[in-house]
Amino acid sequence: MNRLSLSQAFIYLLRRDLTLAFRNRAEFANPLLFFILVITLFPLAIGAIPELLARIAPGIIWVAALLAAMLSLDSIFRSDFDDGSLEQLLMSAHPMPLLVLAKVTAHWLVTGLPLLMVSPVLAEMLGMPQEAQGMLMLTILIGTPILSLIGSIGVALTVGLPKGGILLSLLILPLYVPILIFASSAIEGAAGGLDVSAQIYMLLAFLFLAISLSPVAAAAALKMSMS
Amino acid sequence: MYLWFHKFGSPPHFYRIAGKWLPWLGGLFILLLVAGLYGGLFLAPTDYQQGESYRIIFIHVPAAWMSLFIYVTMAFCGVVIIVWRMKLAEVVLISSAPIGASFTFLALATGSLWGKPMWGTWWVWDARLTSELILLFLYLGVIGLHSAIEDKRVASRAVAILAIVGVVNIPIIHYSVEWWNSLHQGPTVTKFDKPSIYWSMLIPLLLMALAFQVYYVLALFQSCRVELLRRERNSKWVEDISDD
Amino acid sequence: MTEFFNMGGYAVYVWPSYGLAAIILWLNWYLPTRQHAQVLRQLKRRNRDGNK
Repeated sequence: MNRLSLSQAFIYLLRRDLTLAFRNRAEFANPLLFFILVITLFPLAIGAIPELLARIAPGIIWVAALLAAMLSLDSIFRSDFDDGSLEQLLMSAHPMPLLVLAKVTAHWLVTGLPLLMVSPVLAEMLGMPQEAQGMLMLTILIGTPILSLIGSIGVALTVGLPKGGILLSLLILPLYVPILIFASSAIEGAAGGLDVSAQIYMLLAFLFLAISLSPVAAAAALKMSMS
Repeated sequence: MYLWFHKFGSPPHFYRIAGKWLPWLGGLFILLLVAGLYGGLFLAPTDYQQGESYRIIFIHVPAAWMSLFIYVTMAFCGVVIIVWRMKLAEVVLISSAPIGASFTFLALATGSLWGKPMWGTWWVWDARLTSELILLFLYLGVIGLHSAIEDKRVASRAVAILAIVGVVNIPIIHYSVEWWNSLHQGPTVTKFDKPSIYWSMLIPLLLMALAFQVYYVLALFQSCRVELLRRERNSKWVEDISDD
Repeated sequence: MTEFFNMGGYAVYVWPSYGLAAIILWLNWYLPTRQHAQVLRQLKRRNRDGNK
């Protein structure tokens, strides 16, 4: 039996998760619809005052992205936990952090990427100026992977628990705060014509920190959850 | 040295020693508290800018310091739990959490009570307040996660990971909010920012800080003893203790 | 004396702060102490019943 190389294992797991996600359309659609719905709630709740909406649009979109990410996180490990494949993965010869990274990548492709594609439309609906929209897409591109990565630690900690959902939010939202702050500050800065490279660099720093460290933490949490 | 570490980490030994120390710690705490309160409420002069309201500082600042110190202690315990699986570290971590959360809450509440007469508002979204509020949530998360997992040894590993991840995030949260504030050019926050603080104010402050430290150890030991009894209730040493 | 209690007009802010601190510190001591007594009682009862 040929041993799979690291990259082969990664690709294999990635493709498997993507295939599973494609078969269950709800996994794609639900977070996206939730995202759109939440954003739509704001003009309804606040009253459709264009200047006000345009001002808070970055915040609204990002908070909605946070909530949508949180709701969709369960899918990273839940079904594998339920049918026992998670245990199999833990026992495999490949380093667990790598496997976790593959699953998180799949999660982002399924939940984060659609947000990225839909966000300009929603931004337009909220009256966000053009310059800011480009920055919005950039922050979503960099930020949503971080949400998936950090979120995976929280899910790994709570996957074994019956009512892990609400607890998950309590655990993860504090960790999401810096992303929210830098992302919305970058968009607002761009809208005002300021230089926001600092915020972008910070987001990139979080991204690289998350890519390198969170799979390790999540793997440790999974091992412990499964014991 | 290694032997001492081993001995210290053993639950029955800790239970006994902590029990012996409790009255001394209590006495020391009362002493420091009285000294600090006397210095802070009677001896320290009235602040020419803030009047008498500044005296809240003698509660507020030590509480805030403790809220940070205890979380770092929890993170340290977390590392010990992950690496050495030391039972005592597990108990210290989870016993510290409610105490830390209490201090965080106290810092926030007294900060509000100080802010209202000084800034005219109960709350302001500056870096310190916001990151302290998030710290409260981090504590509550640890408590919540631990109570949600039935097997307490597994629960301890879970909160160990959470505490470590959280402690990495605390400076990040603080600086990101500071940045956010300076970018938005929020209202100028009046901080009790004296480059040279009067001795008569500094000493009571340090005494109170020390008092709170001793208090933490005191409350921690008591809480740890209870938790040890619970966790080890089927072991011989607990049986012996409950027999006499 | 009344001056002291009045805290220069800030009494309504200063004393609740100290009072809150007192309550919180007392609770974090009292609750574990009470639990300790409870747990010991329970254990004694279990021992007694176990030896019957």
